[in-house]
Order: sequence, then C-alpha cells, then structure tokens
Amino acid sequence: MARDDTASDAGRRDGRNLPYLLVLPGIAFLFVFFVVPLITLFKISLSNKPDRLRPEYDFTWDWGNFSAAFTDFGSQLVRAFVYAAIATVLCALIAYPLAYFIAFKAGRYRNVLLGLVMLPFFTSFLLRTIAWQSLLADAGPVLSTARSLKLGGLLEALQITQDGRLINTQLAVIGGLTYNFLPFMLLPIYVSLEKIDVRLVDAAADLYSPFGRTFQRVVLPLSMPGVFAGTLLTFIPATGDFINAELLGNPTSRKVIGNAVRTQFLNQNDYPAAAAISFVLMGLITALVVVYAKFLGTEDLA
Amino acid sequence: MTRRPLATWLLYAVTFLGFAYLFVPLITIAVFTFNKPKGRFNTAWQSFTFDNWRHAFQQSDYLTAFGKSIQVALIACVIATFLGGLMALAISRYKMKGGPALDLLLILPLTTPEIVMGASLFTLFFNQSVRRGFWTIVIAHTLFCVSFVALTVKARLRGLDWSLEDAAADLGSPPLRTFRKITFPMIVPGISAAFMLSLALSIDDYIITSFVAGNVSTFPREVFDSSKITIPPQVHVIATLIMLIAVVTIVASTLAGLRRESRLKG
Repeated sequence: MARDDTASDAGRRDGRNLPYLLVLPGIAFLFVFFVVPLITLFKISLSNKPDRLRPEYDFTWDWGNFSAAFTDFGSQLVRAFVYAAIATVLCALIAYPLAYFIAFKAGRYRNVLLGLVMLPFFTSFLLRTIAWQSLLADAGPVLSTARSLKLGGLLEALQITQDGRLINTQLAVIGGLTYNFLPFMLLPIYVSLEKIDVRLVDAAADLYSPFGRTFQRVVLPLSMPGVFAGTLLTFIPATGDFINAELLGNPTSRKVIGNAVRTQFLNQNDYPAAAAISFVLMGLITALVVVYAKFLGTEDLA
Repeated sequence: MTRRPLATWLLYAVTFLGFAYLFVPLITIAVFTFNKPKGRFNTAWQSFTFDNWRHAFQQSDYLTAFGKSIQVALIACVIATFLGGLMALAISRYKMKGGPALDLLLILPLTTPEIVMGASLFTLFFNQSVRRGFWTIVIAHTLFCVSFVALTVKARLRGLDWSLEDAAADLGSPPLRTFRKITFPMIVPGISAAFMLSLALSIDDYIITSFVAGNVSTFPREVFDSSKITIPPQVHVIATLIMLIAVVTIVASTLAGLRRESRLKG
C-alpha cells in the first residue's frame, strides 16, 4: 500500500493513482466479457439471417427482429412476467416475517437460523426442483394427504389442482420459482432489518404507539431498501428462468421467454431473433425497475 | 412488545411454516437417497434400501461432472474474488473519481437476466470462433461472480476504521507489515464470505453455463440435460453429501462463535 497520510473525509484517503490501478483489472475484465458481448448481441439483434439453415448473419440495421419479438413471443413474455411477478410478491410475503423473526426474535440463535436459511444455496437448484416433482406428484405426499383429508374437491374448487393434479400446472411453476428465489428475497430484507436501531422501536412504544403503527411508520419504511433489493434479486432472474417451467410445468406453461431465447439460440441457430428477444426482455425489466424505484421513492417521501 | 400475544404467536407460526417450506424439499432429497426406484426416475417413493449409499460413486458421469463443477468454481471464484476484492477495496478505501459509473458497471451484470448474459457471451465466443469448453465456462462464472464479490465486499468494508492503519504507521510499522497485520485481517471476513457465496453460485449455475459449455458437462448440466431421461438415486446422494458438509460447517462455526462469546464473557 502506498503511504499517504493526509487526513481525509469519511476516513477515506487520497491514494493518487493507486485506486485506479486497483480497479483496472476488474474493469478490463467486465469490459471485455460484459460490455463488448452486450454490444455484439445488440448488433446481432439488428442483423438478418440470409440462410435459414446456417447460423451466419448480416448486419443490416434490421429493426424487424424487435417487432417480431413482440408479435411472435408476446405470450411467452407476458407469461414469464406474470409468473415472476406473482412469485416475487409471494417471496416478499413469506420472507418478510421470517427475516423479522431472525432479526428481532431469534436472540442467540440468530446465526444458526441465518445459516439454515442459506442451506438451500448449498443444495443443487435443480435437485431442489426435482424434489418438488416428488412432493407434488400424483401419488406424492401432498396430494395423498389432501385426499385422505377429503380435501380433493376443495383444492379443485380453489383451482389449486387441475384435474386432480398439482404437478405440471402453472401453480407448480410459480411455487417452484417462489421456493428457489426465497433466500434472495430474505437476505437483503434481513440485512436492512438488522440495521434498524431497536431504540427507535422502544421509543415509539414509550410514546404509546401501538405495535401496528410502529411497524407501519418505523420498521417498514426503514426496511424498504431491503425489500427493494430483494425484489430485484428475485424478479429479474425469475423472468429469465426456464428451469422451473421446464421441470414443473405443462406444455403451455413451459413457453416462457427464457425457453424461447434458449431454443432460438441453441436449437434454431437463429441468433438475430434470439438477440432481439433478449433485448426486449432486458428493456422491459429495466423499465419496470425504474417505475418500481420511482414508486417506492415517492412512497418514502409521503 | 410483550403485550401482543396474538401478533407474536402469528409471527412464530408464520416463521415455523416458512422454515418448513424451506426445508421440506431438502429433507425430501435426503429421504430419496434411501429409495429403491422402479424404472429410471428417482422421484416416486418405492421401498427402503441402503444400496444407493453403498454404491454412491457408481454413476461416474455425474461424478466427473461434479469434479468439473468444483474445478470451474474454484478457479472462477479465486479470480473473481481477486478482481472484485481489489475493486471493493479501491472504492471503499480511497477517494476516486468515476465512482457512480463504476457502481453502475458493477450493478449491471447483476441486473442482467442470466439468459441474456449467456446469450451475449455465446455470441462473443461465436464471433471470435473461440471453441467453447472448460475455459469459456470459467470466464462466464468469473463474470457473474466479480460483481457479486465486489458489491458484497464493498458493503462489508463500509464503516471499517481505516485510521487503525495510521496508528500502526505512527508506531513505526512498515507499510507491508501494516497490510499484513491490520488491513488484511480487517477485510478478510467480508472477502471470505463473498468467496463462499460465489462458490455456491458457480457450482449451481445452469443457464449461463448451458450457453458457453460446448460439450463439457458440469453437475447442473448433467442433471438437467438428462432429467428427461433418467434421475438416478446417486444424484440425490451426492447432493445430500454436499448438504451435510454445509450443515456441519454451519454448526461448527456457530459453536466456535458461541464458545468465543462465552470466553469473552467469562
């Protein structure tokens, strides 16, 4: 470390060129393998493909791929966004109380519980999903329990099952997404809850604020950054995911946008179409994130 | 907060259900290691057996693939931790220009859907006629771990007291010794946590890998690509073994933490 002992604001120091030297390798890596490929992908999305059977393409400023992405893959886009949105909301509803419990009620067991929450990370994502196949199967534990409790009719009426099946339904896909992304929602919420100064909650109680109001006025607003981060970490990967749809869904629910990109790329070799779908997906996600950030921002001010 | 038994009771119930939801599939995986499947799919319970554990390492394709996953993860995460750690250190310790732009460059890879990242890397390798295989997987995994490491470490470094370094220097410690004795121990918990998590991310990745792997098979690839044809019980055994290692690590580190705590108190 170069020594430079002039005192500086926020404890940070003036390292002259050192910090730039430190970030250089990382920036170079990100530039070559992230920025350049995205530009390449964008160029391909504006190309057309002269020969149907060969992967080669010509760059022609052809915006047609983008309109085709909406017309040909509109339903896949909508389906992916709806599944991801429902799964994200469910994740938040399940993760918040869990994070709250770990942050405020777990006491000395806090780290054990946090470790347990992380445990799914150390089991294969695919095997967890395959485990849901076993659990939701026609002869699996969930349905046989429901049957022995004579709940079959009720589940069907609530549209939880379709023709007496749980596996290969849209609900199974959403359940799988919710399950697999839950830790990504939970950890950021936990981090923001943990930072809250308990004295604020005590102060509110001393001033006779009922718990509901303290939660609404103090705890919830202070944890919003965590909810925001968790939503992004859940929603964004969930929209592009096709593994849950593939392993838990039926032929209709399998048609999500991630699967479309994959087949266009790896099976159809139609790179321009696939590139355009990718950018449509990214554009829509960015737009939604901006709107969501604005929405939360105004909420904070109110 | 003790005057609200109903709300507290509800919170306990929801927490219990939440943990049950998290664990039921993990327990299912462990239970199915003792299943004797009829046919090629270990997804429906038939009868109890120890055979899968006895012949745990018989499915050599899955083992080879798992070995590949470990190799990729170790190489990619070491590189990513190095690159990302340096970036985090620079951002949180020094005054520098272009901070917001750098933050954006770090956040973008995390907000790009995996499928888009995989697709873009695929086109890069296709255009440069790079043969896809082991090293392209390593590059891809390094890519999604770099940002992750940089942002995690940055969050952990915020609020560290850098004036300790000045104190060491005032006491006549040479710069390298200060780094070894003060700076490094301060930053190491954040860096090792980020390293562990990126290992988990790398070992588990299927989507990006499927675009850049060529004909090299990683564990998730082997499982997913053959999941329509066969799911042998040995796959469950491998997963359970990894889970056991994780549980033992968590328990051990918690116990160590508790012991440290009681030593400090006593």
